[in-house]
Amino acid sequence: MQRFIPLIIVSALVLLFLGMMLSDRNPKEIDSVLIGRPVPAFSLESLAQDAPVLTEADLKTGKPVLVNFFASWCVPCRAEHENLMVLAGQYRIPVIGIAYKNEADKARGFLSELGNPFAKTGLDLDGRVGIDWGVSGVPETFLVDGEGVIRYRHWGPIVGDSLEKRLLPELERLQ
Amino acid sequence: MIRFFKMVTLVCGFSLPAYAVAVDEKPLPDPVQEAQARELMKEIRCLVCQNQSIEDSNAELARDLRAIVRERVALGDSPDNVRAYLVDRYGDWVLLKPPVKSSTYFLWASPFFAVLVIAALVFRRRRAVPTAAPLSDEEQAELQALLAQRTGEERS
Repeated sequence: MQRFIPLIIVSALVLLFLGMMLSDRNPKEIDSVLIGRPVPAFSLESLAQDAPVLTEADLKTGKPVLVNFFASWCVPCRAEHENLMVLAGQYRIPVIGIAYKNEADKARGFLSELGNPFAKTGLDLDGRVGIDWGVSGVPETFLVDGEGVIRYRHWGPIVGDSLEKRLLPELERLQ
Repeated sequence: MIRFFKMVTLVCGFSLPAYAVAVDEKPLPDPVQEAQARELMKEIRCLVCQNQSIEDSNAELARDLRAIVRERVALGDSPDNVRAYLVDRYGDWVLLKPPVKSSTYFLWASPFFAVLVIAALVFRRRRAVPTAAPLSDEEQAELQALLAQRTGEERS
């Protein structure tokens, strides 16, 4: 029995490391503490010329909405943009876009170039709203339920299979 | 005189890092508050570089968080309040030193566990060393014979 102990320990470690490598956990991703909390209060100017300011009240619509933090200078945001268009178009989820540390005309240029999936927009020039939401970088996408409570946060771009595997199941659970 | 100048330049040059503040940052006017803010910055983890404090990090988010720390301190927040403000947004993770609470008991206790486990292993090993049984008469006789033979060989 004694002589098998090293073998058992090594195989346990191999299993542990393999499991960690194969799971799609990203070690840089830190769990959001905002899950289950109501959205923080904010008030942001819209990117559209004559639209009213965007506030937390715009997120309490009785239906789930997505809040996407993006920026024209952010390359992964470009990569996920197509999926945002799909979410807004095919799945009919209202997506609210918050331009994080981005000048208004640059953010507008980004949307006119790639298409605008956003039902409403806000301009977070100094990134303070982002900090209130615990954003550590763009893109980050939050799923907010009908009562304005944050239910899920998607860290990083919605690319690859993360739309089907992560975001859509969370959406279905709410609907 | 030139030597004196050289020395002054050298001393000033080497002591400059002590006053280092990122170029676009204004320290707080009150030196006590600024010192307090700086202490706090060393404890707050940068969310982008992850193992640097926001004091060390060049990331833009770290700069924003430094600004927030200064702002809160200037408003009269205690260090605990400033920490709470950030933990409220980014979780305990933002503190380089994790707080002691039920979810971190294991973390804090783990070095002691490690010491205990190692101590137990060492102790068991010590005990496991078999003490040699005394030689039987037969073995003793054989040993003497061998020794006698060897000394005989050495002499010849």
